[in-house]
Amino acid sequence: MSSSSDLHLHAKLPADQDQRGDLHTDHQILNMGPSHPATHGTVKFVIELDGEQVVDLDIHVGYLHRGFEKECESGSWYQCIPYTDRLNYNSAILANLGFCMAVEKLLGIETPERCQWLRVLASELSRLGDHLTRTGAACLELQAMTPFLYGIEARELNWDLQEMLCGARVTSNYIRIGGVKHDIAPSYAGSAREKIAKIRELLVDFDDVVTQNRIFVDRMKGTGVISKEDCIKYAVTGPILRSVGVPLDVRKDEPYLVYDQIDFDVPVGEVGDNYDRYLVCVEEMQQSLRIIDQCLVKLEKLGPGPVNVDDPRVRWPAKGRVFNAMEELIQQFKSVTEGPRVPKGEAYTAIESANGELGFYVVSDGSAQPVKVRCRPPSFINLAPLPLMVRGSMLADLIPTFDFINMIGGECDR
Amino acid sequence: MEDYGSTALRRLLDVHGAALQATHANFGDATALVDPARLVDVMRFLRDDAECAFEMLTDLTAVDYLGQQPRFEVVYHLYSLAKNKRLRVKARVAEKAPEIATLCELWASANWMEREVWDLYGIRFAGHPDLRRILLYEEFQGHPLRKDYPKERRQPLVGPRN
Repeated sequence: MSSSSDLHLHAKLPADQDQRGDLHTDHQILNMGPSHPATHGTVKFVIELDGEQVVDLDIHVGYLHRGFEKECESGSWYQCIPYTDRLNYNSAILANLGFCMAVEKLLGIETPERCQWLRVLASELSRLGDHLTRTGAACLELQAMTPFLYGIEARELNWDLQEMLCGARVTSNYIRIGGVKHDIAPSYAGSAREKIAKIRELLVDFDDVVTQNRIFVDRMKGTGVISKEDCIKYAVTGPILRSVGVPLDVRKDEPYLVYDQIDFDVPVGEVGDNYDRYLVCVEEMQQSLRIIDQCLVKLEKLGPGPVNVDDPRVRWPAKGRVFNAMEELIQQFKSVTEGPRVPKGEAYTAIESANGELGFYVVSDGSAQPVKVRCRPPSFINLAPLPLMVRGSMLADLIPTFDFINMIGGECDR
Repeated sequence: MEDYGSTALRRLLDVHGAALQATHANFGDATALVDPARLVDVMRFLRDDAECAFEMLTDLTAVDYLGQQPRFEVVYHLYSLAKNKRLRVKARVAEKAPEIATLCELWASANWMEREVWDLYGIRFAGHPDLRRILLYEEFQGHPLRKDYPKERRQPLVGPRN
């Protein structure tokens, strides 16, 4: 690898002014993927190469397409929630939340305060897990094993917290239409603080070995550069857009849940290269931990309370009543077999997922079965400008660039 | 037609009133149903007008209303960074040889999302520079998100081609 400034210059120069012009060779086509050890995602790149320099790139996605929308359209509204889990294995709760908020918009439901704080807590744990995976796996793919293990150890602790929340590490199925599955145990805050202290220590270790590491910095600085204008043209959101200096964050710009009562900052970068994206992600993890601290304090202050909305359309009757009263038994039967009937109409909600704006566009005809459940996948949309980011650079620069786009196959291909 | 307090809808009614077929703001989402023949003009106006300034085409999808005429609806979600506002624009497309103009020249994000709609709904985007399937493979028969495509239908996968 040459030095970072040299790479940067090389990426900017058009081919005819390139002083290494005499080194150009006949172009060759390289197929990379769909299963390549240096990409954590099932995707195929058809790369046109001039020596080691990327001339052009065609991206083939869809290897994990499993008909998410088609499946959603053939079940009840409740049956969609586990499918949304499978969109992004790193931050399943965020996808649960996006879908449930869209359905709640159609139903006109306002969730109880305690539920909203629990949802924020769950969202930030998910975001933290997603960023830990992204930064850890990026190091791994740049041949650095140690920071990956720090990141994964922290992610395990984080997954322990998610397991205590909802009983599953990865596919959480935690958010419900009008609430969450259940409240946290009284001991939750204590063990959460313990684990978060350990996560903070691991993040310090991670930072120590990575952020100033010469090899890492050389491969990240000046690679995968994208301009602000291109980001906006391609509707890129999330850490990539923030790395070019646009502080767009749905949590700040269109606050949902209780984000307007929470104190947190939106980090931005300057030049929009991979290193900026890394720094944005690292800072976002600190901000997520800050939000989690506030949630734990607030949940203790709020004390016990309802976590599900008291609305007969979506609430299941209390079990004691189901066994003793006919009406509740009927309602339980209808809730399980049919699920809620959602008023006719269309709604779009956006939340800030770890990768950017995660939107759900739902259409109902008034029945218990959705007409349309569209997931606006940030992974898919953020991947489209990849050719712009790597054209003219070395083949090896594709790896960190792709890592920090953080394409998640399940969400990209649906 | 009303503007429901939305600046973008008011500007559309003032300038492109003839191209609008309906407006609504149900559940708080400002929505305009646009004549498909005028779609590109309307969208260019929405992007370039200083009061609308929708720099981003956030989302693009379609809905199949089987049994209704026209059968398909192409749905665009726009977002304005400068104004922090959203707008939904829809255009109806007929069942027979469904086709609508591409927006690739206005927003680069339209490219992949239009390919996805072509792939899954079989709606053609006239003038699209590269209208290939994106999620499914080239040999796939039919368009699976159409309501008349049975969920259980299986199509044998093809092997790698050289």
